[in-house]
Amino acid sequence: MTQQDTVQDTAASDGQALLEIDDLTMAFGGVVALKNATLTINTGEIFALIGPNGAGKTTVFNVVTGVYRPTSGQVRFAGGRIDGMKRFRVTKGGVARTFQNIRLFHNMSALENVMVGADAHHRTGAIGAALGLPWHHREERRGRELAREMLDYVGIGDRAGDVAKNLPYGDQRRLEIARALATDPKLLLLDEPAAGMNPAEKQSLQALIRKIRDSGRTVLLIEHDMGLVMHISDRVAVLDFGELIAEGLPHEVQNNARVIEAYLGAASDAS
Amino acid sequence: MADKTKNKTENKTGNWALNKSRISQATGRLGAGLDTLRTWWDGAQVWQRYVVYLLLVVGALILPAPAIGSFMSPESDWTTILIHPIGTYVLLAMGLNVVVGQAGLLDLGYVAFFAIGGYSLAYFGTEYGWNFWATLVMGTMMTGVSGVILGAPTLRLRGDYLAIVTLGFGEIVRITASNTDEIGGARGITNIPHPPPIFGTEFALDPAPYYYLIVSVIVVVIIFAKRLEKSRVGRAWAAIREDEDAAELMGVPTFKFKLLAFATGAMIGGLAGTVWAGKVIFIEPNNFPFILSATILAAVVLGGQGNIPGVILGAFLIAWIPERLRFLAEYRILIFGAVLVLMMAVRPEGLLPSGRRRAELAEGTGGMGAMGAEVAGPTATDAAIPEARS
Amino acid sequence: MFQDFIDQFGTSTVGGLAVGSIYALVALGYTMVYGVLRLINFAHSEIFMIGTFASLWVITTVGISSPLTGIALVGLLALMILVAMVASGGAAIILERVAYRPLRKKGASRLAALISAIGASLFLQELFALEVIPRVFDRPGRNQAAVPRIVDRDVLFSIGNADVRTDHVIIVIAALIMMVGLDQLVNRTRIGRGIRATAQDPEAAVLMGVSIDTIVRVTFALGGAMAGVAGVLYAMEFENIYYNVGFILGIKAFTAAVLGGIGNLRGALLGGIVLGLIENWGAIFLGSQWKDVIAFIVLVLILMFRPTGILGESLQQARA
Repeated sequence: MTQQDTVQDTAASDGQALLEIDDLTMAFGGVVALKNATLTINTGEIFALIGPNGAGKTTVFNVVTGVYRPTSGQVRFAGGRIDGMKRFRVTKGGVARTFQNIRLFHNMSALENVMVGADAHHRTGAIGAALGLPWHHREERRGRELAREMLDYVGIGDRAGDVAKNLPYGDQRRLEIARALATDPKLLLLDEPAAGMNPAEKQSLQALIRKIRDSGRTVLLIEHDMGLVMHISDRVAVLDFGELIAEGLPHEVQNNARVIEAYLGAASDAS
Repeated sequence: MADKTKNKTENKTGNWALNKSRISQATGRLGAGLDTLRTWWDGAQVWQRYVVYLLLVVGALILPAPAIGSFMSPESDWTTILIHPIGTYVLLAMGLNVVVGQAGLLDLGYVAFFAIGGYSLAYFGTEYGWNFWATLVMGTMMTGVSGVILGAPTLRLRGDYLAIVTLGFGEIVRITASNTDEIGGARGITNIPHPPPIFGTEFALDPAPYYYLIVSVIVVVIIFAKRLEKSRVGRAWAAIREDEDAAELMGVPTFKFKLLAFATGAMIGGLAGTVWAGKVIFIEPNNFPFILSATILAAVVLGGQGNIPGVILGAFLIAWIPERLRFLAEYRILIFGAVLVLMMAVRPEGLLPSGRRRAELAEGTGGMGAMGAEVAGPTATDAAIPEARS
Repeated sequence: MFQDFIDQFGTSTVGGLAVGSIYALVALGYTMVYGVLRLINFAHSEIFMIGTFASLWVITTVGISSPLTGIALVGLLALMILVAMVASGGAAIILERVAYRPLRKKGASRLAALISAIGASLFLQELFALEVIPRVFDRPGRNQAAVPRIVDRDVLFSIGNADVRTDHVIIVIAALIMMVGLDQLVNRTRIGRGIRATAQDPEAAVLMGVSIDTIVRVTFALGGAMAGVAGVLYAMEFENIYYNVGFILGIKAFTAAVLGGIGNLRGALLGGIVLGLIENWGAIFLGSQWKDVIAFIVLVLILMFRPTGILGESLQQARA
C-alpha cells in the first residue's frame, strides 16, 4: 500500500468494488455488535448506512479503519485485505474518516488540523526537519498549500488561523472533513456529518458531499437524516442489531417493511 | 464577653479572607502580565523576534559578569553556578520538554538518561582513554538507543503507568550503577577527562570555558528543538498529545513518533550528562536520585511546558533560587514540595505557557474532571470501548 | 545454586508472605484511590511512613523496654494499630484536602495532579526529617531510628525446614483481619456501595445522591488507615525506620497493586503476596542487593504483558 493510485485512475475504474465487507462479525465479550455483515461499496458511489441507534453502524467504521480487529470475516479495500491492519496504514492506504463526536485537535488551529492530515504522505522525517533540509521545506510548503486548498474546498478558508475549538459547530464538522480529505483518500467515511446542522447547513453539506464524489472519491456515510440520505445516496444499507436487513436503492429501502419495523417497532408494540 | 470573642474570630476570619484574596489578586496580576508578554511574542514580527534573540545571545555572553554575579550569587562563584545547576538544568529541561511538553508523555525517570550520558564519558574516558568529543557523540547515541529500549515496551501504556514505569527505570539505572563494580559501584568514577582545548582555550579549573561550551550546546539544542517543533514532527507530537487515537486515524504513526520523542529527549539528557561529567570529573550513583527527575519535571511544568522560553525560565528559576537562598538550605526541599503543591493549585499552566497550553491545562481537558473521578478523555470513548449506540 | 534455593525456599517463602502482607496493606490505599480518582497518590508512601513513626511513638510513650507476650502484646499491638490508623488516616484526609481537592474542583490535568502529589510527598518527607522527628523523638531527623523489639522472635512451628516465627504470624494475621474488615465494608455497607458506584460511574453516582467529596474523603481515610497498620507491622518487623522509608516501599506497593489488578481490592492482596514471594525467591539467586531491582522488573513486565493485572477486574466493574 505504498504506491498511491491517483484519483484519476480510480475514477476510470468506476463501478468496481472498492470496499468489500465479507461476512464480518464483531463481538465484544458477550455483546455481538455485528453479525455476518456482507456489503460491497463500489467506486464512485455515495453509499449510506442507516439504522436505529445501537445498530452497529459506527462499529463498521471502526472495523474498516482498523480500530477493531474483527472477530471473524474480512475487509478488503481495492482488492487487498485491510482487516486488522494498523490504523495509520489504513489511512495511508486511502481510507479516511470523520467522527460522530467531533474529534478535532481542539487547541490547534484549523490550518494545523488539516496539515496533520496532509502530513500523512509527508516523507521527510525528524532528521530532515532538524537539519532544515531543502526537501523538508518543500514538503512543508506543499502541505501548507494543500491544507489551505482543503479549507477553501469545504468552505472555511477564511478560518484558517482560528483555533479549532472556537469554531462554530457547523464549521467544525467541515474542518473534520477537510482534515480527512487532506490525507487524499479514495474512500471517505463520514459518521453522521449532518448531526446538529440546520437546514441551510445541510443543503451545503449535500453539495459538498456531491462535490467530493464528483472529484473521483467514494463516500460511505452514516446518517440519521432520512431526507439527506434519500437525496444524495446512490445506494443504502440498513443495519439493525448488528445485522444487515436491507440493501438497495434509496426508495426500495424506504418502502421495505422490515426496515420500517426496525425503526418504528413491530406493529403490536406500537401503542 | 461572648460578643468580644465573636468579633475577634470574625476579624481573624476577615483578615484571613482578605489576605487570601490579596494573594490571589497578586498572582492574578502576575499571571496577566506574563500572559501579555506571551501574547506580544506570539504576534511579534520576524525581525522583532530576531532582535530579541540577539539580545538574548548578548545577554548570555555577559551573564557571567561579576556585577551580576554579586547579586545573583553572593556566596558562591556565579559562573560555576551558571554551569551547574543552571546550565545543566536548562538542558535537561529542554530534553524533558520534548517528551512531556511536546509529546505529552509522562516521564518520571528522566535522570536515567543524564546518568547514562555521564557514565559514558566517565567509563570510556577513564577505561579506554577516549577523548571528550568522541565520547560526547557516543554517549548521546547510547542514550538515544537506551531511550528506544525503554520506550519500545512501555510506550503503549497509559499515562500514569508510563510515569511509574519510567520512575522504576530511573531507579533501576541508579541501583545497577551502584551494584556494578565495573563502572565504579557505589564509589563512582573519578578522573574523568576534561574536554580538550578549543582554539587554545584550556578546560581546566577556570569555569569560563565550560560556561561558553554549555551555552553553545544549549543554543544548538534550541535550534534543533525549534525546528522539530515547527515541522511535521512537532505537529504529530501535538496531535498525539491532543487525541492520540484521532491522530493515528489521520495517518500519524503514533508509536513511531512517541518513540522518537523519547529518543530525542534521551539524547538531550545524555548530552547534558556528558558535558556535566566533563566538568565535575567525578560521578557516583547518588548524583542521580529520583528527586532530580522530579525537579526537572517541576522545571518544565512550572515554566509552562511545551514551549522553549517558558521551560528555560522555569529551569533557570528552579536551579537558581535554592542557590540564592542558601540560608534556607536545610528547608530547600520542604519549600520546593510546598511550592509544587501551591503552583498546581493556583497556576497549573505554569509561568509562560504557550497560548495553546494555557487553554489545555487551565480548563482541564481530560484528567481529573469536575466530578472528582476521571472524566474520560477522548481516548476512552469512540475508539477504545465497545459501541453502545449507532 | 539450586541446592541453595531448596534450602532457603522455606524461610524465604515465610519471609515473603510476611513482607508481602505489608505490601498488600499499602497497595490497598493506592488501588482504592486509583479506582475512584484515577490518581496515583504519590504521597501515600509518606502516609505509610507516618504510620511507622506513630507506632514508634506509642512504644516510646508506653515505655517498652523488652519484648512482651500474651495479653500485653496483643494490647500493645492493638494500641499501636489504633493510633497509627488515626494518624495515617487523618493525614490522608488532610492530604486530600490540601493537595488534591483544589485540583479536582478545577478539573486540572493528570500531570498537574501528579506534580502536586510529588510536591506533597517531598513536603511530608522533609517535614518529618526537619521538624517532627527531631522534636517528637529527640533524634537527628535524617538518621535511622531503631524500634525496640516488642515481640520475641520465637519459632512458633516449622513446616519442613522453614521456621515460622511469631512476628511472621502476627503480620499475616493482622493483615488478614484488616483486609477482611475492609472487604466487608466495601461490599456490605452503604458507604462501600458509594465507593464502588463512584469508581464505576461518577456522574451516575452523583445523580443517585452520592456526595463525591465524602466518598473521596472516606476512600483516602480507609486507604490511609490500612497504610497505618502496614506501618505498625513494618516497624515491628524491620525495627528500623527513617524519614523516607516510604519511597521504595511505596513503589513496590504500587507494583503490587498493578500486579493484582488496579482498582481491585483482592488483587491488592494477591499482588502484595506474589510480589513479596518473587522478591524473596529472586534474592536467593541474585543476592539481596538486587531485591529492589527485581520488584521494578516485575513492574515493567506486568505492565508490558498484562497491564490489567492478575485478577484483571477492577473496582468499577460489576462483580461476577
